[in-house]
Amino acid sequence: MGMAADSRFHVLAVDDSLIDRKLIEKLLKTSSYQVTTVDSGSKALEFLGLRNNDQIDPSAPSVSPGNLQEVEVNLIITDYCMPGMTGYDLLKKIKESSSLKNIPVVIMSSENVPSRISRCLEEGAEEFFLKPVRLSDLNKLRPHLMKTKLKEQKPETTQEIPENPRVQQEENQIDVQQPTSQSQQDQKQQQPQLEQQQPQSPQAASNNKRKAIEQQGLPPETERTRPRYSDIATVV
Amino acid sequence: MLGLGADRLWADMNRLLAFLFHQGVLDEQFLQLQQLQDESSPNFVSEVVNIYFHESEKLLRNLRSLLMDRELLDYKKMGIHVNQLMGSSSSIGANRVRNVCVAFRAATDQNNRAGCLRALEMLEHEYCYLKNKLHELFQIEQERALAAGVRYPLQN
Repeated sequence: MGMAADSRFHVLAVDDSLIDRKLIEKLLKTSSYQVTTVDSGSKALEFLGLRNNDQIDPSAPSVSPGNLQEVEVNLIITDYCMPGMTGYDLLKKIKESSSLKNIPVVIMSSENVPSRISRCLEEGAEEFFLKPVRLSDLNKLRPHLMKTKLKEQKPETTQEIPENPRVQQEENQIDVQQPTSQSQQDQKQQQPQLEQQQPQSPQAASNNKRKAIEQQGLPPETERTRPRYSDIATVV
Repeated sequence: MLGLGADRLWADMNRLLAFLFHQGVLDEQFLQLQQLQDESSPNFVSEVVNIYFHESEKLLRNLRSLLMDRELLDYKKMGIHVNQLMGSSSSIGANRVRNVCVAFRAATDQNNRAGCLRALEMLEHEYCYLKNKLHELFQIEQERALAAGVRYPLQN
């Protein structure tokens, strides 16, 4: 399919709490992701190779020798409340970096503060998870990761969408061009996004806000059921 | 007979767990931890819980010494420790400990010395109780694994 030999996604998890790092690492590994954990925002930026002047550090662990532009991190998941650089600060730095801004970022927090949630989403976070994070939450990551893979590939063919409500479970079979995949999302944002990740429109931000707030204790709806494919082309 | 031993221990373990859930000592998050335990990490729960014990005792010691200060109380620092304990308690499903942390944090927000002292006493009590019960749980689990191991000897 044209991907690297190890086609698992690589997630960078940032949390100052050792217990939470152990937990998120296990959750991610159980979901078949490759994981790197760091305990601060500054260490995360170090790993990602970001220097003060926004140039890639060729000696950074995540930068492969051949291509200075390539960063081998597919998603960043970070705690909000951290000493020094908060998750929000980290998010901002990533979105301000020309080399890193396309990496999807997810924020975790133990506190459900709506203003905090919308601020993060408006700054470009893809999702906001309330702690403690569950395995079911991680299912929401896959569409964001698929989207970044798609950016590296040209869509060659389109295909009939199979009637399968659990599409996100079928790894590597279907690349879905969808910004997010929540069943309760407003269907306005259906255009395939092959280019640069655009800043979230207020519409999307409020949709995601609804997601995060609904996550707090409404079981069935928050589980992704049948995705709606009305205007989507599926690329394999 | 040994088989019955393993089964009986299994029942003991479940009874203790049910009791702890019923009392609100543990909540659903603890079940999530157990579900994450598998062949690749067979001791996941006890590893995480032991980290929790180690960190919590450090935090409780810090809180105790901060509250013993005769002069000015550093409520902000106390709040930070309480937040940490609250977060880790929530992460392992230590429900009652987490709830006491909530009350403790309110007391630090209000600069309420007496309230902080009361909350710390309650916290130390709840933490001790939790630790004892979890040790009991792990002990039963260990005995059960041993008994089950003897029941199914290695085939060769």
